[in-house]
Amino acid sequence: METYSFLRHLADSWFLLAMTLGFLGLCLWAFRPGSRKAHEDVANSIFRNDDRPAEANPSPNSKEA
Amino acid sequence: MWDYLKLAGLGVVAVCAAIAANYAHDLAYMVNAITVMLAAAIAFLWVLRTAGDVRVVNQNEYFDSVIRAGAIATAFWGIVGFLVGVVIASQLAFPQLNFEFLQGYGNFGRLRPLHTSAVIFAFGGNALIMSAFYIVQRTSAARLFGGSLGWFVFWGWQLVIVLAASGYVLGATQGKEYAEPVWYVDILITAVWVSFLVAFMGTLFKRKEPHIYVANWFLLSMILTVAMLHLVNNAAIPVSIFGSAQVQVYSGVQDAMVQWWYGHNAVGFFLTAGFLGMMYYFVPKQAERPVYSYKLSIIHFWALIFLYIWAGPHHLHYTALPDWASTLGMVFSVILWMPSWGGMINGLMTLSGAWDKLRTDPIIRMMVVSIGFYGMSTFEGPMMSIKAVNSLSHYTDWTIGHVHSGALGWNGMITFGVLYYLVPRLWNREGLYSLKLVSWHFWLATIGIVLYASSMWVTGIMEGLMWREVDANGFLVNAFADTVAAKFPMYVVRTLGGGLFLVGAVIMCWNLWMTVRAQPSKATQHAFVPAE
Repeated sequence: METYSFLRHLADSWFLLAMTLGFLGLCLWAFRPGSRKAHEDVANSIFRNDDRPAEANPSPNSKEA
Repeated sequence: MWDYLKLAGLGVVAVCAAIAANYAHDLAYMVNAITVMLAAAIAFLWVLRTAGDVRVVNQNEYFDSVIRAGAIATAFWGIVGFLVGVVIASQLAFPQLNFEFLQGYGNFGRLRPLHTSAVIFAFGGNALIMSAFYIVQRTSAARLFGGSLGWFVFWGWQLVIVLAASGYVLGATQGKEYAEPVWYVDILITAVWVSFLVAFMGTLFKRKEPHIYVANWFLLSMILTVAMLHLVNNAAIPVSIFGSAQVQVYSGVQDAMVQWWYGHNAVGFFLTAGFLGMMYYFVPKQAERPVYSYKLSIIHFWALIFLYIWAGPHHLHYTALPDWASTLGMVFSVILWMPSWGGMINGLMTLSGAWDKLRTDPIIRMMVVSIGFYGMSTFEGPMMSIKAVNSLSHYTDWTIGHVHSGALGWNGMITFGVLYYLVPRLWNREGLYSLKLVSWHFWLATIGIVLYASSMWVTGIMEGLMWREVDANGFLVNAFADTVAAKFPMYVVRTLGGGLFLVGAVIMCWNLWMTVRAQPSKATQHAFVPAE
């Protein structure tokens, strides 16, 4: 089969399936058990280390807005 | 040792640029070569004067000086880009403004790419680089990777802008929309962009936080995808090493498809993913609450990544492009509506429980309006990509209205919000000079956008309908010039809207200038922090 037909066929069959499953897998992974705590932590990470990198900051959990 | 290598390198660049200027085949190439020569000479003098200095880099400080420069550059190029926009809008309304003595340099055709590149790549690009450097350092709790690499990215990008802009006016372009820079500017863009990637990725690698905050995902996807798009779409062979002309590697419909694969993803990743990274960091920061749903932001990210890349063919409906390809582009564009609105809801709901801030904080108001425009243009876009709608809207000013509600409303407003957020913090000031002026800016910009978008809807739909109007015998009713004449009042309104937006931006610059000049410094609790 010529390259075009091969790629065209692959794109709308197996590759489309693989990408759909990959996308659904990534979405499901976000809902894995224990993700809530990790997500809460990372969502609040922007309120730490505002003024200087972590080394000079002895208490990384000190909140500052 | 490193300084001597730099001196040698800069010297070679300056001499080669001088030789290239001497052998130049065209004016644009010569001017660009002289610009490179001068830039290399200035950099040479700078390195020479500071060679051997003992430089203390405090790893316990963020690399903020380059971000301060980025804020200045963003504001400056914003004004330039908006001003050129108002000029060309006036030229469309009043063609006499294409002055005879400026023919070939200052007419609409030459200034239009200057406007688009200035606002997208100079204003938007500097905003993205500045925000990326700010966000990646804070969320990684680490100083920017690569020593002074950040400065190379900043100055390299400014050189790209100057070369591209002067080239457009003098006629150097490869004729691809949003990818006008010629081959040697493309090479410089590649070098700068790869350095940007290295600085960004390096900082992520040495991060002190366990997770990579979602804003960084968006920014990283922007950097990576733009690199890929740039390399593929700009594949061209120079006619001469001493000239600005080149020949594209692809031809015909393949070239068109590659161009709009690039063009739409420049919108999708440069103007959407990158600015979403800004939204996911600065909106929660300004609202002082974490993002509404972190899970939704993850799904928003992956849906955007998986869908956006296919939407390009909707720029080529009813052309030589195969039908299946344009249908594919249309379908993915419509599906894209969902994650876009998911992201919009996520940004807006971040304010849930803090809606009262809208009344008191004009910066959050600006950010909320920008998210609103994001939602509006990501609804309008999928609608316009539907073939039946596109048959009316394509080639009309509706498209220009759509682009500007996205660019002025979403990209512009979020960038203004970020500048208002960053400048007091970067210069260590107590607060902004005047919140009242922020409100003025907000209303001028919002009214300007509304005038712009609504006049373009009216004129776009009107000319679309006029073009397809046929009489009882099947003959077209209107000549093209009839539509041009009918559009005049809307063109004047559009110019007015753009003018209001520009005035708002000038007020912002004044406000930011006075913030740095006149506001008292914030008292620091650490007396021995050196002033950077």
